[in-house]
Amino acid sequence: MPEKYWNSMETAPLHEIRALQSLRLSQTVRHAYNNISFYKKKFDEMGLTPDDIQSIDDLHKLPFTYKQDLRDNYPYGLFAVPQDQIVRIHASSGTTGKQTVVGYTANDLVTWSDCCARALTAAGGDSSDYVHVSYGYGLFTGGMGLHYGAERIKATVIPASVGNTQRQIQVIRDFGSSLICCTPSYAIVLGETMRDMGISTSELKLKAGIFGAEPWTEEMRHKIESLLNIKAYDIYGLSEVMGPGVSFECSEQTGMHVNEDHFIPEIINPETGEVLPDGEQGELVFTAITKEALPLLRYRTRDIASLSRKKCSCGRTLIKMTKPAGRTDDMLIIRGVNVFPSQIESVLLNLGMAPHYQLIIDRVNNLDVMEVLVEMNQDMEFDAVRLVEKTEARIKAAIDSTLGISAKVHLVSPKTIERSEGKSKRVVDKRKLHD
Amino acid sequence: MTIKQLSIFVENKSGRLSEITEILHKNNIDIRALSIADTTNFGILRIIVDNPDKAQDVLKDAGFTVSLTNVIAIGVDDQPGGLSKIMKYLSDKDIGVEYMYAFVSKEDNSAYVIIRVEDNAKALEVLQNNHVPILTAAKIYEM
Repeated sequence: MPEKYWNSMETAPLHEIRALQSLRLSQTVRHAYNNISFYKKKFDEMGLTPDDIQSIDDLHKLPFTYKQDLRDNYPYGLFAVPQDQIVRIHASSGTTGKQTVVGYTANDLVTWSDCCARALTAAGGDSSDYVHVSYGYGLFTGGMGLHYGAERIKATVIPASVGNTQRQIQVIRDFGSSLICCTPSYAIVLGETMRDMGISTSELKLKAGIFGAEPWTEEMRHKIESLLNIKAYDIYGLSEVMGPGVSFECSEQTGMHVNEDHFIPEIINPETGEVLPDGEQGELVFTAITKEALPLLRYRTRDIASLSRKKCSCGRTLIKMTKPAGRTDDMLIIRGVNVFPSQIESVLLNLGMAPHYQLIIDRVNNLDVMEVLVEMNQDMEFDAVRLVEKTEARIKAAIDSTLGISAKVHLVSPKTIERSEGKSKRVVDKRKLHD
Repeated sequence: MTIKQLSIFVENKSGRLSEITEILHKNNIDIRALSIADTTNFGILRIIVDNPDKAQDVLKDAGFTVSLTNVIAIGVDDQPGGLSKIMKYLSDKDIGVEYMYAFVSKEDNSAYVIIRVEDNAKALEVLQNNHVPILTAAKIYEM
């Protein structure tokens, strides 16, 4: 089957992409300087003027924007257009402090829908599809982003939102959902519940899924693909930059193409701010170059990834980013060792277990201790204490050798680890309570 | 010749056992025998009931982790040395007992023991060769 694209920008020659980026960057910088006092002040302090930014080669001259800047200007302080042009507000869940509020003009929504339309097209979607959106609808960008993208490709949207898993499965079966969009951890829940309900994937029309909003591993992809008998595509985004669809995966499944006609990616050293060459891992930074309402310059995502211009078999020329290895602020330092929760996920999936876990970090007598709670599988043998302890020891050995630090492992009953909006609560860091 | 035992994984939280027994009561399920293994972090409740499949369904529906294990129920002479004799038959053949628990039938006042071994077929053969009475599933569910 020949690869399908949503529009010609996806396969444009590099020099065309760069020319467009340079033009849009200089326009955006002017727009931000003229309309956002935060940026005007910053530029003036640095002795920088919009005229200094003529092409993407000047990108590094621009100041970084941090999540804290959005909080400091809560709620609308960074908006570049008056309220009568803002047609939509979203906000990201503020787990630590204030929510970050983002706004969209009518044109911004078209841009966003186009980005998601590209992702859906790359996953094989078109107007003949039923797109089942199980991301949360509301202030969270997941639901609405894919919803509008699916309408854009003229597919039939099923706005299922989150929750009531058994009913969702009924809908998937009875309504003939062919593409599903949700978090990877919810995809696993759907697959397992389906199995418990005795529904086989042969009764479904599902062919592919687009999963994002939380970091996930290759092992998780294999698990989802076999549980639901579909092809699992990754999608990346964050509300500050746009929402889902900043980058998306193609049939090659080796990283996500960045919609670089709208967002310029950079990889930097998170400590020094220095720009790193393609191929090197560091913090991902985005400059939105077509956004009217919230044109953020060099926004620090805190996601760890790398970029590659390697030719892709799908024919797209858009630069690719790797799956984020984790977030700089998800990274736990336990007894001096860097730990990403996703490493635990890999360990569990490699052992043939479901990736439902929670890390509890605490400090006892000035020493960090890590406890890993793992939900049992229904098919696990546990009638004797020895069998439970054997499973715990097997998980512990795998974690200890993968991470290089020792963990306590405890099995818990299925579905007892807290889940919210389809995102699992992976880490409870009790050390913070003591500080 | 084996019978089905339900094992229920119980976290150490107060009220869990009450929840389980309440569910069994509501569904009119009668408990024949039970034992609990307790550790610091969790407990395992093992029960023999008159309708194990139904019990498994209703407990699973209530969100409990339940598994069915095939165990052996044997009749034991209710006098000193009765159980010792049987344990010796097994140990002589290198059959290790994972765990066991006893119950008494109200009908005939006999003593019974549930044993869980690695290899049920081998244990059954040894017990039968030594004429140890073995309870059938039908018999235990009817008790």
